[in-house]
Amino acid sequence: MTMASTLRPTGRDRTPDSHAFPTRPYDLVKEFTLALVAMLVLTIALAAVFSSPDEKPISLVGWAAAAPNDVVATATGELAGTTTSAGYGAPYNDAGPGQTLGPLALQRWAGVTIPVDPAQDLVLAPLRRSADPTTAAALDTWAAAPPEQRTAWSTAYSDALTAAPDGDPAGVAPGDYGPVPVIASSFLALARTGGLEGALDPSGTFYGGDATRGLLLLADGAYLEDQARARSLGGDQWGMMNETGNYPGQPWMWLYTFWYQVPPFATSENADAQVWGLMMLLTLGLVLVPFIPGVRSIPRWVPVHRLIWRDWYRRH
Amino acid sequence: MSSWTVGLRTRLARTVPPGELLPDRQPAYVSSWIYVFGVLSLASLVVVIGTGCVLAIGGVTWWHTSGLGHFVNSTHLWSVELFFATMVIHLWGKFFMAAWRGKRALTWMTGAVAFVGSIGTAFTGYLSQTNFDSQWIAGEAKDGLNSVGIGAFFNVLDPGQMLLWHVTLLPLVVGVIVVAHIVLVRRHGVVPPIDAVLDGPDDGATPTGPIPVAPAARDLTTTG
Ligand code: HEM
Repeated sequence: MTMASTLRPTGRDRTPDSHAFPTRPYDLVKEFTLALVAMLVLTIALAAVFSSPDEKPISLVGWAAAAPNDVVATATGELAGTTTSAGYGAPYNDAGPGQTLGPLALQRWAGVTIPVDPAQDLVLAPLRRSADPTTAAALDTWAAAPPEQRTAWSTAYSDALTAAPDGDPAGVAPGDYGPVPVIASSFLALARTGGLEGALDPSGTFYGGDATRGLLLLADGAYLEDQARARSLGGDQWGMMNETGNYPGQPWMWLYTFWYQVPPFATSENADAQVWGLMMLLTLGLVLVPFIPGVRSIPRWVPVHRLIWRDWYRRH
Repeated sequence: MSSWTVGLRTRLARTVPPGELLPDRQPAYVSSWIYVFGVLSLASLVVVIGTGCVLAIGGVTWWHTSGLGHFVNSTHLWSVELFFATMVIHLWGKFFMAAWRGKRALTWMTGAVAFVGSIGTAFTGYLSQTNFDSQWIAGEAKDGLNSVGIGAFFNVLDPGQMLLWHVTLLPLVVGVIVVAHIVLVRRHGVVPPIDAVLDGPDDGATPTGPIPVAPAARDLTTTG
């Protein structure tokens, strides 16, 4: 192959073959080895100086001890069907329509693959393990009542808890709450003893490992979010990309997190689906940069390449 | 039927011609600090995988109870931060060099997919921590993933599933893509500077006669 044919532009792309250029010695293996040593030393130094954050997980016992009224309110909310998971929809249940991306109901179409009936799975079933006769009687009363009655009891109690000072069950005004106060207080008692830990694992086997139900329950309460907000991890505090403590976390998530902070996403019912849709589009854009007219020409207009190849440009 | 062995050898030789895999010379224009960042991304990825393997020896919760485990976790975290920092600088460098020119689009695309894949891998790592941070991140992230149907089979609330994605599936995918990326870089050689190019389809430049290239002091084999 001659020099000329090597340099002749082929097709629409006029970039010459890199092998046609003058060369200089370059030791790739040495470069890599030095890079590896540098990264290793830097890593060890950063780890030694800054360590890494590790805050203990919130346990259900800890929740019951720190925010007992929140446990009672959450259990009541599960029975009343007013919590986040009780109205969630796919993939946990059919209780909500799920988010949509324009005409695409991706959430609903994907189906209920991780079935969770919050009243049953998060509150009543774990309580069934209790040997306490009062609890058992309350559960029987609940089971025997028609659905409208259950909703009336639990909604009334939920409202009464909200009205009580500090949400303290002791301060609730008298009313027709059926077995709900007993169920909710038994639930708190179970949580306090540690009996709830593990009782929420759907496998029901010795080997746990799936925290879905426990996490749904925790997230239905206010305590988890309060703890997170106290550490500046709220959704509107750029929470997804931050870490506990003063650690960098996942700064590469900044663009994803950014959309949640601004309209229209900040106030949209379908913010999650919209932000995901937008990010998928932008990701596709990143992958296809070489083919997008305009975008692929930006480097030609911005003279950063003049700096990068300044030695070469000086001589040509 | 001809020999499969010869076929594979020919194929490999065509993918990365002999002498191109580890050449000891580079084009003269390869002289800038920016070139170091691709190698630094690769080196920090090796450290990420290495520290992750040490962490795996101790198991899932080792690092909560052992001082040594916690230190190894710290090295894993910081090597990841270094990996992303160097990779992002590398990405912007390649962008401003328009390094996809000259049939290098696939190099750019594999790089971009490696970037996105690395974000997913890091994310599952955060979910596998079994601490307060992973509880909170899982609770937040589930809504995003569920909203587009991904949550139906990728359950961020199940740390067992997340850990397996983190330590097997995703590193494998990222690893294969990075290998492809580097093979592509060696196959095409380092992209020439921008004005060694006649005008492209929409680059606005007008052709100014012959390409300004010094006579070749070619000592690299070019095949095919
Ligand atoms: C897993 C992360 C990555 C690793 C380990 C990696 C590694 C490398 C290495 C070692 C090189 C050759 C040296 C150099 O030119 O800097 C290179 C070149 C290149 N990388 Fe990456 N890279 C990664 C991610 C990316 C990303 C995110 C992009 C862009 C979206 C990208 C685009 C490119 C391009 C276009 C080249 C060719 C450069 C040329 O011909 O001058 N890479 N990469």
